[in-house]
This record gives sequence, C-alpha cells and structure tokens, in this order.
Amino acid sequence: MAACSVEELLAKAEQEEAEKLKSITVLKELELDFDIGNLLACDKNRIESRDFREQKKEDFLRSLARDNTQLLINEIWKQPTERVEEAIVAKLPEPTIPLPREKPPPKPRPPTRWEQFAKLKGIQKKKKTNLVWDETAKEWRRRWGYKRANDNTKDWMAEVPETADPNEDQFAKRIKAKKERVAKNEFNRLKNIARAQKVKVPGVGLTPKTKQSKDELGRAVSVAKTSTASMGRFQDSLPKEKRAKNTGKKRKFEPLIGDFSNERQKQLELLKVMDSKKPKLDITKAVNKQMREDDREEAAARHKKGKKGRQGNMSGKPRGKGGKGKGGRPAGGRPGGGKKKGKPGKH
Amino acid sequence: MRPLTEEETKTLFEKLSKYIGENIKLLVDRPDGTYCFRLHKDRVYYMSEKILKLATHFSRDKLVSVGTCFGKFTKTSKFRLHITALDFLAPYAKYKVWVKPGAEQSFLYGNHVLKSGLGRITENTAQYQGVVVYSMADVPLGFGVAAKTTQECRRVDPMSIVVFHQADVGEFIRNEDTLT
Repeated sequence: MAACSVEELLAKAEQEEAEKLKSITVLKELELDFDIGNLLACDKNRIESRDFREQKKEDFLRSLARDNTQLLINEIWKQPTERVEEAIVAKLPEPTIPLPREKPPPKPRPPTRWEQFAKLKGIQKKKKTNLVWDETAKEWRRRWGYKRANDNTKDWMAEVPETADPNEDQFAKRIKAKKERVAKNEFNRLKNIARAQKVKVPGVGLTPKTKQSKDELGRAVSVAKTSTASMGRFQDSLPKEKRAKNTGKKRKFEPLIGDFSNERQKQLELLKVMDSKKPKLDITKAVNKQMREDDREEAAARHKKGKKGRQGNMSGKPRGKGGKGKGGRPAGGRPGGGKKKGKPGKH
Repeated sequence: MRPLTEEETKTLFEKLSKYIGENIKLLVDRPDGTYCFRLHKDRVYYMSEKILKLATHFSRDKLVSVGTCFGKFTKTSKFRLHITALDFLAPYAKYKVWVKPGAEQSFLYGNHVLKSGLGRITENTAQYQGVVVYSMADVPLGFGVAAKTTQECRRVDPMSIVVFHQADVGEFIRNEDTLT
C-alpha cells in the first residue's frame, strides 16, 4: 500500500515535471518568424478551423497566444543576457523589419523670395573660400564674422566724402546703415516665414518710407492707436474716423431672431438719447416765431391803416390825417368794432 | 438679413425723425404686435415678427423683399429714404405741404414744388425741414425738404422752389424695377 502510494506519488511527480517542461516547449509544424528587435513573432501555421469550432473560442485563442508568446520569450532568452541591478536583461539585436513612419515626411521648405528670383533669373550660388588672406595682419582669416579679414569697421579713420556734410559722423553713419541692413534682413526673413505659412505679415504698414501713401498713413495711425499700454482700448476715435482695415477684428451682429423686447428697449433708449441731445431752444424756430409775430403786427397795423386810409380817401384827405386818427383809436376801443365788421362777412 | 447695428439704427432714426419727429416711438413700440427693422442687401425693411420668421425660410440671394422697404444705406453709410416708406411717414408726419391740383402732376413727375403750386403749408416749418407732400384732397404724394421757411414762402416770387423733391408716388411707375 505504502509502496504503491510511493510509486504513484513518483509517477505523479514525474508527470508534473513533464507538464512543466512541456509548458515551456511548444511544438509547431512550421517554425515561427522572429524579429526580436521589434519583439515580433509571426505564426505561419494553419489554424484548424475544426479545433477553433470545437473548443471554446476564447480558450483556443488564449492558448494559441500563450504558446506563441512562450516561443517569443524563449527566443529572447537565447540572446546574450547580463545582470543589471538584480534583474537579468537580454540584449535585443537590431530590428530586421523596417516599420513605416507614423507621420508623412516633412515638406521641403518653400523657397524664399530671393530663391524664387534667383531661379527665375538663373542665378546660381558660387562657393567662396572660407579663408582669405589678410594683408595687414599677414595671415589667413575668415571672410566674415568676428576677427574677419580686411575688417573695415576696425578703421581708425574714415574719409569724409566731398558731397557729405562735414559735421556728419561717418562712423555713426556706417553703424546706422549696418543696423538698418540687419533690420531689413530680419524683416525679410519674417516675411518669408509668413509667406510660407500663408499668414499676413504683421506690421507691414510701418516700414520706413520716404513718402507714405494715404493707405499707409491710415495703417500707421491704426497701429499707433493700438500701441498703448491698454492696446488702444481707451483710445477715442475722431467723429468721422473710418474703421481701420485688416485689424483682424470681425464684424459681429445680433442674431436675426433674438430678443425682440430687448431690441425694442435699446431702440427706445437710443431715441431718448437722441431726443435729449436736441437743443431746447431751436434758434431758427425762435427767429421764425419772432418773424411771424412781427408779420402779424405789421399786418394788423396795415389793416387798421387800410381802414383808416379808406376813410381818408372818402374824405379825400392825405394819410397824415389818418395817422392822427390812429393815435386816438386804441382809446376808442376800435378792435372790437373791427371784429363786428368782419363777422357778418364770414357768415 | 440681420438686425441693424447701433450706428445704423442711429442713422436711420435721425433720418426718420426729420419727417416724423418723436413719432418713431410709435413705429418701434406698437401695441398691435412686435415690429422690427432688418437690414437686407443694404436696404432697411420694416416688418412684423411673424413675417420675419416666415422670411427666414428663404436664402439670402433669393429673398427680394420682405415687409416694407424704408430705404437704403449708401456706400458712404448714409441713409436714403425710399417712397415705399411713405405709408409709415404720412400718418405721423409733423410738417406737411399741400400742393394745388395743377401742380400735382409736376410733382409726381419728379419736379420740385414751386411757390405757384403751393396750396398750404404747416405753420412754423423751418428751412430744410423734412415735409410730407399731400394733394389738396389729403392724399399723400411723396416727401421732400422745405426749401424755405413758412414765413419766407409768403414773400418769395411764384417761380421759386419751396419744397425740394425727394420721393413721390410716381416712382412706383418710374422706378418699378428697382423699388423693392
């Protein structure tokens, strides 16, 4: 009984051992293709569709994946290994399968303005030697840059041209000219970049010019207005000033069908403001009123005069007499009499 | 189509106020519904909210007109009234001019109103005041600008202009193709 059990145990242990061994050895009909550098294994064996159907799909796939991974890991451990801080690492060889790049290759840099022009004219670059002979220093020096050969900025004396202003500082003039050339070059560089990226060149309107056109002046004004600490937020505009063009600001309108009551309220508010801005005393109106009153008085006077005149005519005497009578009339209460006369006519 | 900006609204109201004064309020705030001004192809249209909502179903280039055209903004962003606005100017007009029956036709052909054709004029009319022109039967014929004050009108000779012509109902026939 005991012996039997011992044998059984031994057999069991052997079996287990075999299982373990089997677990790291996988048999395949065709060898797998390995690309250890990419940690890649390709299984070219046919998949038995019957197995796939009979077994549970998940189990089948899992066991297949496990076997292939085992093979890949076996392959990895065939590579030379070394110990790095308690961990055994394998050194992978170079990958044999080239992988395609993720992004498309970069486009060639678009040609600069000069390159375009040079191509058009057929101008080709000529390579100059880097070193040139410096006569004064008696040595070979670089053509450009620091410690260059034949450096004219190191001159201790400068000739004043006959046509130039004798008080002009020729050294300062040269430095200024150089700075302007550098600035221009930088500006051209930025323009090239801007053109390549198809964006507007900022601040084109402010290049120094001998004579600015109307548009350029306008642009200069708009740039100057926004060149305050608050980016021109508090700059007042002139009464009839036009809006600056190309500022990048888009027009924005209210929605077509929005808040009608709000719109009405705004318009009423605007009307109120417009109304309050009207002068209380309209001068032309006041003058007109005055003129009308004058007219009326004159007309009234003429009316009275006319009546008197008729009387005068009847009597056959000149108007002087009527005038005398006129003085007496108001006292006599004539207006009332006139009215009476008028009324019957109307009826 | 879009609502007017504040500046455009101001320009429009300034022009309208020359004819109807503070009566614009009655156009903006109406008891019989919501009415609004909308800009379409530089023209200002006055319409009810209902019509506006119906008009939104039409694309911009297919929409010829909606509501009542009041006038248009010129390229120098001034506002010019069209004769189509007369329906809304006439009932609220503050200053009126009546023309004699004989001068009606002349005015309707686009001529200025002469002193000889002047039937009546509102008292107190200032010079260059916007006026609505009526026939003696109180039919609105158009509008214009007073060339002379009421006072001056009395004195001037019969052949001098008293009202500058701006628009008249004859335009409905003369400018039939451009009026919307």
